[in-house]
Amino acid sequence: MPVRTATKTKRRTTSKSGKRRSASSTRARSSSPKRAQSARPKAAAQKRTSGRQALVLVGTMKGAFIFRADESRKKWTVDGPHFRGEAVYAMLHDTRGGRSRTYAAATSMHWGPTLRISDDLGVTWSSPERQAVRFPEDSGRALAQIWQIAAGRASEPNVLYCGVEPAALFESRDGGETWQPNKGLLNHEHQPKWQPGGGGLCLHTIVLDPTNTRRMLIAMSTGGVYRTDDGGKTWRARNAGVRAQFMPPEQRYPEFGQCVHKVVQHPDRPGRLFLQNHWGLYRSDDWGDSWHDIANGVPSDFGFAMQMHPHDPDTVYIVPIEADMFRATPEAKLRVYRTRNAGQSWEPLTRGLPQSDAYENVLRDALSADSFDSAGIYFGTRSGKLFGSRDSGASWTEMADGLPPIVCVKTGMTGSA
Amino acid sequence: MITVELPNVFCSATNPNPLVRIDASCGTVAEALREAGRESPGSLDRIIDESGAVRRHVNIFLNGENIRFLDGLDTRVPSDATIFVLAAVSGG
Repeated sequence: MPVRTATKTKRRTTSKSGKRRSASSTRARSSSPKRAQSARPKAAAQKRTSGRQALVLVGTMKGAFIFRADESRKKWTVDGPHFRGEAVYAMLHDTRGGRSRTYAAATSMHWGPTLRISDDLGVTWSSPERQAVRFPEDSGRALAQIWQIAAGRASEPNVLYCGVEPAALFESRDGGETWQPNKGLLNHEHQPKWQPGGGGLCLHTIVLDPTNTRRMLIAMSTGGVYRTDDGGKTWRARNAGVRAQFMPPEQRYPEFGQCVHKVVQHPDRPGRLFLQNHWGLYRSDDWGDSWHDIANGVPSDFGFAMQMHPHDPDTVYIVPIEADMFRATPEAKLRVYRTRNAGQSWEPLTRGLPQSDAYENVLRDALSADSFDSAGIYFGTRSGKLFGSRDSGASWTEMADGLPPIVCVKTGMTGSA
Repeated sequence: MITVELPNVFCSATNPNPLVRIDASCGTVAEALREAGRESPGSLDRIIDESGAVRRHVNIFLNGENIRFLDGLDTRVPSDATIFVLAAVSGG
């Protein structure tokens, strides 16, 4: 195990109204006063293991913040920033195999990216001497950023995947300690033609077939969707029906090269996929072999973020953005759109969200859901606002404002029921 | 004696001193940084990426000259040289 270092962070609490208070001034009102008062990180970590606790991991351009609440999710404690000054585009809380392990991909503009691991909810983080996610020397490539950290299947608790920039997929079979690149993608014949999108040439989406360990789907910007059916040896582009609006008219439906922003899947219905494109909203019912437009009643089919409801395979959330040339919420209204019929229609969710002067953007990994019975939905904006809903999106609360630009929102749960 | 001054951000409880002095004669800047990396574990990977290139926003000065304008990591190092590793003027 690499050296672990303690992270100096400040802990705060936020109320349902979203008003931030210092921990010292809110002890009497906090729903978890002992936790908020603790001056000893290790003691705090031990406390956190009792009872179920909701986690919202927020990666920003200047560090990560960890929000915690009990199951009611009415009051949140916050600590951070972890990795001060570093961009955190990917986080994961993994409880498979009896662990409670948190991963964070922190990238220093100067000193490069590092995958960090914590087994005590961020009290201490690994500080590897040598970056574990690294390209082979003879590849001529160098890791610019980790865009996604994905847990493997429940049946493979030590398996994890990383999607990185420049576009590549890495796999770990030992809980994240060591990583190997997927050579089928690394040496793919299309690879020289993949082009960077606005955020770089990134592999940002990893979708596993929970029932078939040989099938997996990834997406990259730009390159599009690729699927393997042989455990990662070979990969086929799966973009039929997905348009590339930035290409000349006669080339707008290429085999690959689309700028896919996100693909989501519900594990109860793994063959059906939903896709938010750089212009375009799609569904596939055949594991990506074909895609069909489902932009029915949305103010724009441009956007980045997309999230499944944790319990309903017909319910999907998106945040439409006006245009690639004006990356802000349409009509200056911050609206999450939800379909409950697999894309036949969409409804705006606005209660508690600003409906004027809200020129916001929500990036591809900044929308997430927890798995409590009454699902929590969370998203963060480029302007540093964090919103949460405890009722599947019917109403929203501002959990934080003034954070650095938010690029990643992930959820987790600790403790037992 | 070659002196390599690393950024304070590389200092830790086990490596409190940003100054690394190297007795061995080093042919090039790359070799000097490798030697310094042995004294300050973890620093080399943060200065040079896995392709062998100096990270884009890192500057290395050899006796006051930016090695980008010399022969890069292949620049020859005099036996009494001072090497500074600095964060470039960039950020957000």
